[in-house]
Amino acid sequence: MKTYEIQIRLNGELRTVAVTARETLLEALRNKMGATEVKNGCGKGDCGSCAVLLDGKAVNSCLTLALQANGKEVLTVKGMGTEENPHPLQKAFVEHGAVQCGFCTSGMIMSAKALLDQTPKPNREEIREAISGNLCRCTGYKKIIDAIRDVSLRTES
Amino acid sequence: MADIEYLAPRDLEEALKAMEEWKGRAKVIAGGTNLIPYMRAGWVSPELLIDFSGLKDLDLIKREDETLSIGALTTIAEVASSETLRSFSPILPNAAGHLGNPLCRNRATIGGNLANASPGADMAPPLLVLEASVHTERGGESSREIPLDQFFLGPNKTVLEQDEVITQISFPKPKDSATGSQTKFGLRNADALSIVNVAVMIEMEGKLCRKARVALCPLAPTPIRMYRVEETLEGNEITAELLDECGDMLKQEVTPRLVSIRASAEYRKVLSSVLFKRAVREALKGVET
Amino acid sequence: MKNQTIDVTVNGEKHEILVEPNALLVNVLRDELGLTGTKYGYGTGQCAACTVLVNGESVLSCLTLAVAVDEADIVTIEGLDQPDGSLDPVQEAFLDHGAIQCGFCTPGMAMMGRDLLNKNPDPSESEIREQIKGNLCRCTGYTSIVRAIKSCSQGREPQAKR
Repeated sequence: MKTYEIQIRLNGELRTVAVTARETLLEALRNKMGATEVKNGCGKGDCGSCAVLLDGKAVNSCLTLALQANGKEVLTVKGMGTEENPHPLQKAFVEHGAVQCGFCTSGMIMSAKALLDQTPKPNREEIREAISGNLCRCTGYKKIIDAIRDVSLRTES
Repeated sequence: MADIEYLAPRDLEEALKAMEEWKGRAKVIAGGTNLIPYMRAGWVSPELLIDFSGLKDLDLIKREDETLSIGALTTIAEVASSETLRSFSPILPNAAGHLGNPLCRNRATIGGNLANASPGADMAPPLLVLEASVHTERGGESSREIPLDQFFLGPNKTVLEQDEVITQISFPKPKDSATGSQTKFGLRNADALSIVNVAVMIEMEGKLCRKARVALCPLAPTPIRMYRVEETLEGNEITAELLDECGDMLKQEVTPRLVSIRASAEYRKVLSSVLFKRAVREALKGVET
Repeated sequence: MKNQTIDVTVNGEKHEILVEPNALLVNVLRDELGLTGTKYGYGTGQCAACTVLVNGESVLSCLTLAVAVDEADIVTIEGLDQPDGSLDPVQEAFLDHGAIQCGFCTPGMAMMGRDLLNKNPDPSESEIREQIKGNLCRCTGYTSIVRAIKSCSQGREPQAKR
């Protein structure tokens, strides 16, 4: 199988990895770069659990070829904060009970970050729109929306 | 699984050369939001993927005098948020905002949506009523300009040759007396394949409709213009009775698939008539009397 | 079987109801009095969605014969609101903490929360969990419910998180 060497800046760290032409960014992240925080839900862009920021834009990593991320920056939820020093979004999700099984959380937070980067003070409609590509089977979404709104209200504009 | 190669051409010329060389064996990838699922499902098996996503020259929204051009690589998100487009006509950014979900829109391209030619292609109805044209290039052949209502041949089939690619989509600036409306109905508020997606463009002269353009999908194997409805509206005052007549005509003329997927054919017919009338009334609200 | 008249006070109102000897309290509340806030889940005492207070004690109304509550003072979820019409702090807390998803377990959970706070105004988390261990919830994962009840403990107003 023909492979190509690509470079990706993953959560700030420059990584080199060999991938095939048909390999998705999701597969490369999980299987070759140890980024298992990015989840494989449906593999076809319907659930959003694989969402990452690619050069600052929230995308489904299952619908992006690894090769298309060559030379680009990828941000995952692990790059947002640590257990000792969590990102406000991570903290808010936990505080609001917005994490039940946790499977959608990684992708949800990336969509939330993309929103707040673009619109620091979104209303609830804008939040719902921003996470409309992320499915959650547990929380009923309210707690997730509350968490994101909470962060937006607390952040200095 | 069969081996597959990848090429990221530096410019359009290199891309077209590769398409010519690998004619029939290569597939263009842009956003990949359709192609990657097709590949994973085994529906397409190209030997070479030609990645257009790096061709930044094709990612633009440009106004030149009275013509607006959108590069094929412009993402749906960029179309949705373009103030330039919105000032030309809000129906195109509105339709873009209803396509898929935010994650999808950041990758999916307008050229890809048209080239994929789904019977429910979300960008088609507004582009059809804007009387858009598709501009294409082929390696070693002359470029073409194809009116969009001659572009679609059937489900996922267009007039594009195997080594031909869309470079841009253009349409003339609507007259000041023109007003449009676009609406989509799906089973969910986001991430929904259209049950009905309808767009209208009306040009009024006093009380009379001077020009009407109506397009919708997926009510046929391809997105379609409703020419008879348009002719019926033109030259007349758009009364409630005329609108009802056109709604009934539309219901008779559309040919949704008979197999009930997401909605029955009967439901789609009725809904398309309702949404068409609603769109016309909405568009007429924008007319200054 | 001979029908019997029972005199009960429900949410402060006196009622005289003719019931069959084998009528269950849950059904009498719902069907005779129209108080459908109390839910019929399993009907076998396993989910506690039917929880009401009888003479200040929490009971499973699906396992209680109507005839057994003759002359009793009953409070259902509908009776939790304050005299001025505002919600009980427990109800407010459930709203504020996202502790209501489908809402089916909520009446039972809220009654158990109110019951606990009536006896122990400052319960610990483990005491709360012990109290609601008979109440099933398929949606929330319980965390937000526990937090909601905890937020009502003495000296603290329900935190508005909306």
